[in-house]
Amino acid sequence: MRNRQLSPPPVPRGAFEPRIVAFFCNWCTYLAADLAGTSRMKYAPNVRVVRLMCSGRVDPQFVLDAFAQGADGVLIGGCHPGDCHYQEGNYKTLRRYHLLKRVLREMGIEEDRFRLEWISAAEADRLRIAVNDMVEKVRALGPLDLTPKAEEIQEEVTV
Amino acid sequence: MSGKPKVAFYWCSSCGGCEETVVDLAEAILDVAAAVEIVFWPVALDFKRKDIEAMPDGSITATFLNGAIRTNEQEEMARLLRKKSALLLAFGACSHLGGIPGLANLFDRESILKTVYFESPSTVNPENVLPLTRYRDNGHKVTLPDFHNTVRTLDQVVDVDYYVPGCPPMPRILGAALKTLLSGDLPPKGAVLAPDYALCEECPRKDTKPGELSIAEFKRPQELLIDEQTCLLAQGLVCMGPATRAGCEAVCVQGNMPCTGCCGSTGRVQDQGAKILSCLASLVAGKEDAEIDHVLDTIPDPVGTFYRYGLPGSFLRRKRLNGVQAPK
Repeated sequence: MRNRQLSPPPVPRGAFEPRIVAFFCNWCTYLAADLAGTSRMKYAPNVRVVRLMCSGRVDPQFVLDAFAQGADGVLIGGCHPGDCHYQEGNYKTLRRYHLLKRVLREMGIEEDRFRLEWISAAEADRLRIAVNDMVEKVRALGPLDLTPKAEEIQEEVTV
Repeated sequence: MSGKPKVAFYWCSSCGGCEETVVDLAEAILDVAAAVEIVFWPVALDFKRKDIEAMPDGSITATFLNGAIRTNEQEEMARLLRKKSALLLAFGACSHLGGIPGLANLFDRESILKTVYFESPSTVNPENVLPLTRYRDNGHKVTLPDFHNTVRTLDQVVDVDYYVPGCPPMPRILGAALKTLLSGDLPPKGAVLAPDYALCEECPRKDTKPGELSIAEFKRPQELLIDEQTCLLAQGLVCMGPATRAGCEAVCVQGNMPCTGCCGSTGRVQDQGAKILSCLASLVAGKEDAEIDHVLDTIPDPVGTFYRYGLPGSFLRRKRLNGVQAPK
């Protein structure tokens, strides 16, 4: 049951391109990404965006699962404090983010791989800057390589 | 040989508490002994590995294997018992989730051996001897199992049919599991043989759990006089109840101590630690970074607290082996 099959997409040969999973809330950050698109802004193509109703919907399991399945970084985007469509969702996100950061540090995952940003629907440029900055920082860190490590773990017991 | 169903018990990386559970069946153990034939139980009866090897494949009705897998000898025994058993049960938190020995996944093999054989204050080892897997002395060959880098749950090594949760499992849970197996009316494969709802549901303090809760300081049990009636979370204690499977009847809470999560998560959750993290963090008082950090400082060991029994079975499974990598 718990033996989940890990079959990540193959890492392309050549230069390392960070794979970043982004969880954006429907009301603010996702609209900022939409605005960046309609404004024809260019930013690093390394983020895979998952649209959620609220950043408060980001279960810490999603973040850990993303890392376990091969993400090099995870970005959460929500509404500015006080602006949450559901009043308190982003404050819950902020608290979970701080506690999860502590867990990730203990598990040997660098701080720059996990990031929380408040980006309103109007702040397309802020989104561009945040994504580009995160991609560069993760690129400098190199691949997280958790997935091959899991395979290595498996090899240790293959008779 | 009798026609009774054959049952085996075995232990791997564990403390022996799960074996205690079998004995704690008390008088009921006589009914068990009458209903089944115990073919292997190294902690109590004198059977050898070759006795198991001599049995036909699949001839053991059910094997209860406790303990995590961390040496190649444990792995071999797990594979052997898998082959000889019709049903294999992960018995107890260590084989189910990794257990307390699974916290070794915060370290690697080398640092563990270094601490144990060279650095711990009680170690006297002037010749810097480390265990070897093979050693020859005066023509005698001595072998020891090899120690893995990573502690594993049983199902990360062999196929597992059912799980009996708990550290150790409650005798009542084991009794019910045995009864289920003997009835022939088997639950779906992969089932955890305990109720599939959170511990809070059966907690005697359930009615005192507040609807709204805001925690300004987490407390450790030794830091306060714990009220015996009130919800432990409401008293600021880290109680794993909301993220833990029921079945133990909240024995720890009845002993006035918070739940530490030994029964693992309910069936809809994949990572118990992430779930309790989510629950506790959302209760933290404060809306500013500094305020929140101040409250979180009162949880000194988040991984050891949230993943006390479940690190090997969690999404991340272990601390990253390679640490910080140079850019490529």
